Amino acid sequence: MIRALLRRLNAGPLPPPQATRRRDFWLSLVAVAVMAVGLRLLETGLSAYWVQMICLAGLNVVLAVSYNLINGVTGQFSLSPNAFMACGAYVTALLTLSPAEKSLSFILEPLVWPLSVISLPLPMALMIAGLVTALLGFVMGFPVFRVRDDYLAIVTLGFGEVIRVVANNAQSVTNGPLGLKGITHLTTVWWAWGLCLAAAFVVTRLIRSSYGLALKAIREDEVAAETMGIDIFWHKMLAFMVSAFFQGVAGGLLAHLITTISPNLFTFFLTFNLLIMIVVGGLGSTTGAVLAAVLVTFGGEWLRVVEEPLSLFGYEIPGIAGMRMVVFSLILVGFMIFMRRGLLGRNEFTWRWLTALAGRRSENK
Amino acid sequence: MDALQQLINGLTLGSLYALIAIGYTMVYGILRLINFAHGDVLMVGCYLAWFASAQFGLPWWVSLAGSMALTAALGMLIDLGAYRPLRSAPRISALITAIGVSFFLENLGLVIFGGRPKAFARPEIFNELYHWGGLRVLSLSVWVPLITALILAVLLYVLYRTRLGMAMRALSRDLVTVRLMGIDTDRVVAATFAIGSALAAAGGIFWAMKYPQINPLMGIMPGLKAFVAAVLGGIGNVVGAMLGGLLLGLAEILLVAWMPELAGYRDALAFVLLIAFLIFRPQGLLGEKTT
Repeated sequence: MIRALLRRLNAGPLPPPQATRRRDFWLSLVAVAVMAVGLRLLETGLSAYWVQMICLAGLNVVLAVSYNLINGVTGQFSLSPNAFMACGAYVTALLTLSPAEKSLSFILEPLVWPLSVISLPLPMALMIAGLVTALLGFVMGFPVFRVRDDYLAIVTLGFGEVIRVVANNAQSVTNGPLGLKGITHLTTVWWAWGLCLAAAFVVTRLIRSSYGLALKAIREDEVAAETMGIDIFWHKMLAFMVSAFFQGVAGGLLAHLITTISPNLFTFFLTFNLLIMIVVGGLGSTTGAVLAAVLVTFGGEWLRVVEEPLSLFGYEIPGIAGMRMVVFSLILVGFMIFMRRGLLGRNEFTWRWLTALAGRRSENK
Repeated sequence: MDALQQLINGLTLGSLYALIAIGYTMVYGILRLINFAHGDVLMVGCYLAWFASAQFGLPWWVSLAGSMALTAALGMLIDLGAYRPLRSAPRISALITAIGVSFFLENLGLVIFGGRPKAFARPEIFNELYHWGGLRVLSLSVWVPLITALILAVLLYVLYRTRLGMAMRALSRDLVTVRLMGIDTDRVVAATFAIGSALAAAGGIFWAMKYPQINPLMGIMPGLKAFVAAVLGGIGNVVGAMLGGLLLGLAEILLVAWMPELAGYRDALAFVLLIAFLIFRPQGLLGEKTT
């Protein structure tokens, strides 16, 4: 069935991208305008809970797209998004919180001097958080890219744990296990989906540039890429830092969405969620990452059904809390065994494809 | 005196890491797969033992043996269901599957057993307190290294004196060629998973006796640290895993004992050691240099 569906979606040979560049630009602009109107309608029409979910979906899209850049496109199996998100969230929160709020939160040990008096507006704090996180990625990159494959996975995972342990212990900076409270709820759908646009734009432009070709070459065969004169280390570093930047900013927005952060929020669980998204979407496909991030966010809400009590043929089945994650992990394993390429493989959505498809449809009629 | 006390503590903790690390190192040696689910298999082993002793009142050694047998079966089942279909897939696919299996076991544990920790009773034989001079030593701390040494001896015998062991060593050299020689590699891999999982269960149960409570997420930290221990010792090398485990256990205890102000950073030590080793001695203590 899926095969048949895919065959119908096959638009045949596409025109060269140069030929339709101007049209594609206008189409994209129209799409953005439509999206903005749609978001405006959703924001005013839906309850606060669903607006929150839409924001979360937007942040997940940012995270999945940037995670896909390093894992799917460059083929470096990093497990560190939770570290980057933690870094971004803490930096942003520490910069935006008012001094009064800070002195209220830090009861065990006072906050160190420069941070204790600073209070910046959100955009500036987010920018700084992104840069600090990219810097963290830069520092991590040196040991991380000395190793490959599963060693790289375990080292990045280790960094995630180290960051969490540091956040738990550096009392005078992070407030330790108590975390930071009273962060203003500043994240709106405009922030979340605006960042999505920025991330999608930067990442797709990067992938289509000569740097992107080099990244894909590294994914396919590192040795061959090196013999072609590609500087493997710095290309990996570039992808890692871009990915870290967006994950840091998304972490900062997440902090201003849920208003309370603590070290135990940033466990490996966050990375696992993102991993499901990029695997389901298809490792290496930005479109897939976007699609799967939205699917998984709302699918998770929908799956709450299995956790609620259910009456079936007169039997009362009690709700089982935590069943959602069981289903999610089964989905991940299932995808790996039966559909390793994910929903989209490495295919991307392009206007050329859509118009070609529409053209073929009308010819058939 | 104090140093000796810390040494004993470190030896006990190190032995536990070693028991768990052996399973990692054997599987990695053969399949080049980090079995992320190893720590969670350990958790299941602990719950099985808990049910056997606390619910059915079986003596501790029966529940230990029973739990090891069932956990071995679980290990083989995981291999059969999740890893075998991916034997010819890229290594990263198998790794993602392993992460999925790990989360599956953790969350299934949360659903079935609940998130609240359960008290794990320490059998009397392990609960005696010896006073030697100024030392205060729990009998568990004496037994654990002894039992670990015994298990290692048996394992080395199996590896170097039996046909199964020979097959395992051959597999770790070259899986494809061994299959061409007419050896049922799937069976040997299944046996490896069985042995590794049983040892993880044993390590987990002694872990639960040392820190006497269990919860569905208990396997994560010991699992990760045992993997680090396996890398420190030289992955694929059983004696190396033992050494790596002891090294890590001692290092953690000594960090807490000598630098109490850094005690909170204890959980990060393993990863700092891992990074240092990967930079300066990537093949580990006993590993052979590859590539």
